[in-house]
Amino acid sequence: MMRWRLALLAAMAFTLPAAAQDRMPPAPYAYTQLDDPTKEQQARELMHTLRCLKCQSQSIADSDAPMAGDMRHQVRTRIAAGESPKEVRAWLVSRYGDYVSYEPQVSSTTWPLFVLPLVLLLLAGTILFRRLGARTREDSA
Amino acid sequence: MIAEIGLAALWLAAALAVLQLLGGFLGAREGGSAISVLVRPAAVLQAGLCAVSFGALVYAFAVTDLSVKLVATHSHSMKPLAFKLSGAWANHEGSMLLWITVMALSGGLIALIERRLPDRMMMATLGAQACVAVGFYLFILLSSNPFERLSPVPADGNGLNPLLQDMGVSFHPPTLYIGYVGLSVAFSFAVGALLTRNVTPEFARVMRPWVLVSWIFLTIGIVAGSYWAYYELGWGGWWFWDPVENASLMPWLAATALLHSASVLAARDALRTWTIMLGVIAFSMSMLGTFLVRSGILTSVHAFAVDPERGSFILALLALYIGGALVLFALRANTIAEGERFSLLSREGALVVNNVGLSAILGIVLLGTLYPLLTEAFDVRVSVGPPYFNPVSAIFFLPMLLILAVGPLLRWRKDSFDRIKWPVIIAGVATLAALTAVAAFSEIGLLPLLGLAMAVGVAIASFMPLKGRNLLRTPLPVWGMCVAHFGIAVALFGVAADTAYQQERLVAASAGDVVEIGPWQATLTSISPVAGPNWTAMQGDLLVSYESGPQQDVHPQARSFWAPPGETSEVALLTRWNGQLYVALGNMAEDGRWQLRLWWKPFVTYIWYGGLLIALGGALSLLGRVVGDVRRRRTEVRDETRRAEEAELARA
Repeated sequence: MMRWRLALLAAMAFTLPAAAQDRMPPAPYAYTQLDDPTKEQQARELMHTLRCLKCQSQSIADSDAPMAGDMRHQVRTRIAAGESPKEVRAWLVSRYGDYVSYEPQVSSTTWPLFVLPLVLLLLAGTILFRRLGARTREDSA
Repeated sequence: MIAEIGLAALWLAAALAVLQLLGGFLGAREGGSAISVLVRPAAVLQAGLCAVSFGALVYAFAVTDLSVKLVATHSHSMKPLAFKLSGAWANHEGSMLLWITVMALSGGLIALIERRLPDRMMMATLGAQACVAVGFYLFILLSSNPFERLSPVPADGNGLNPLLQDMGVSFHPPTLYIGYVGLSVAFSFAVGALLTRNVTPEFARVMRPWVLVSWIFLTIGIVAGSYWAYYELGWGGWWFWDPVENASLMPWLAATALLHSASVLAARDALRTWTIMLGVIAFSMSMLGTFLVRSGILTSVHAFAVDPERGSFILALLALYIGGALVLFALRANTIAEGERFSLLSREGALVVNNVGLSAILGIVLLGTLYPLLTEAFDVRVSVGPPYFNPVSAIFFLPMLLILAVGPLLRWRKDSFDRIKWPVIIAGVATLAALTAVAAFSEIGLLPLLGLAMAVGVAIASFMPLKGRNLLRTPLPVWGMCVAHFGIAVALFGVAADTAYQQERLVAASAGDVVEIGPWQATLTSISPVAGPNWTAMQGDLLVSYESGPQQDVHPQARSFWAPPGETSEVALLTRWNGQLYVALGNMAEDGRWQLRLWWKPFVTYIWYGGLLIALGGALSLLGRVVGDVRRRRTEVRDETRRAEEAELARA
């Protein structure tokens, strides 16, 4: 019930165009690694945190969709040209919006994502301190 | 005809649920009610009727009765029988019918065998169970009728999505649903206890097996879903933090917390309100999971807004049940007396930390899952993925591993550190040794490094509670705990090892090419077309050898299905004790070479072995509890007969 729902939708959305198009890969670096292992590693880690915009909940590193292939090609080409993963991510975000990056940045819309866990941490600490701390004191009293 | 019988049985079951609802709640009042004698039979009969209804749907799929709309849209006459049957629940209507059937069966089971609780509480519990069921009956009958007819009858069906034509995924929904529904039973018990002010250790003991069953099935469901995604999607990923996965993880986290706090309540009569609260939260998470997956909201908030009928229905049920339960909780929580006291350094203390930690992780997953949906409603689209979930949940998860190692060694109520000094030192030294060794010999990220080290420490610590015990006389639940905790260590080891050491090779190859990956050498010998019952495929034949050992052949396929049209990747997996070689065949390049994707994933299988160990631990614990209950009841019956006989003798 988990993955297959989205897989189903992704499949419905993509099998038709995929079957219709020719079998040529969309871009040379979509299915080919970079020669430099450090750069390939950087590209790989980055690709796992970028959303395939045409799929449902898949990163571009886990997708057969042509657009994901295009984006992999873009990422590898730019990393190979010496850009840092940060720059590549910024470029993709400027082109496709925040939605493309799985790594949310602190902004006016996303601050609760970072503040609430802190609140949770404080809350958890307080609960533990009150429940357990009080009991210890009463016991020793 | 069969379809009409199924529909009629479902309506009858719904009517009986209304009867059970009224009888249950009326019977829960002081003084009871005349119709409450009907409550138990109504629950049992309902289970039978739901079974008939579900059986009718499965039959319609088995014979491919295309006059039933659901069969026509989701099945095909040429599909293998196994997938025809599983097609019955691989769609919205069928899966909701499966949900209500599992719910009715478990309701019938409690009505039939559960005699330990006070009558009024039992009535309130069955009433609450029926209250939840009525909502789902209405949902199915009014907006998702699985037995709808189709006219004119089409020549053949649309078929089942190829990705779902797989044995693993066939049993995935039933497994998860048993888990979800088990939590509904725990919820009903919690409502019953609240209504009749009966939050006692006895209540926790009655509820615990249901939480355990549900937890075991959720664990298996998540493990199976993860493995399915791993081999079926063809890219080697096993967890994506996507909302559909989180929908099953959240009930699991809540059930894990509930399981531990119910143990405290059962053994020590402490954490009363907290256990009730978790019972409500756990079922809320099941409902939320169903809502997320079934309402279509995940595809797009806007798609949901355009066709909101089903989604709104589930959302209304969600609000009604969770809201109602929370109001009831708010009204009654202050009437629950505070439980037994305990000190910080005690088994209870450790379990409280475990509960708070699990709840915090649950809160984070909930936030990360719902927040993008919330902003999307305001036309701001953000994505929350692994770079957020991994570190933020690790903040809570890593300290919890420490508690997991130490907590089981502590005694109830009060303990001293001196008593458990040695086991803690041993596990601590092992963890540090592993940390140093891994850091010295390889360069890996901080989280995988901590993961590997703590996996070693937790694995050792998980069996420490057995120290000084006679292993043959150790109760099964204790064994269950050790095995489940060991499973956590094993899964953690797999996750960390795969994250740190996996290797990837993407190549375009033609026959005769040799690919090196990690310790493996793979030779592509040929690519040839093959055909199955409802698909054709290109199949790659490769000879692979591990460290120049004997050659083995593997056959990854790229399959094309025609009803409905779709492509899947059948990956070839070669499993060794220390990992898996993963080979997937992609498309043909323009120069006639073929895309090959290979991964060497050290110890990746330990993730799922660990998951299965966790479930096995749950099963051992469940077996121990059930055997204990049966034995206790037998002794009680024997004592009663003896007392009656003695009274008889005394009178004579």
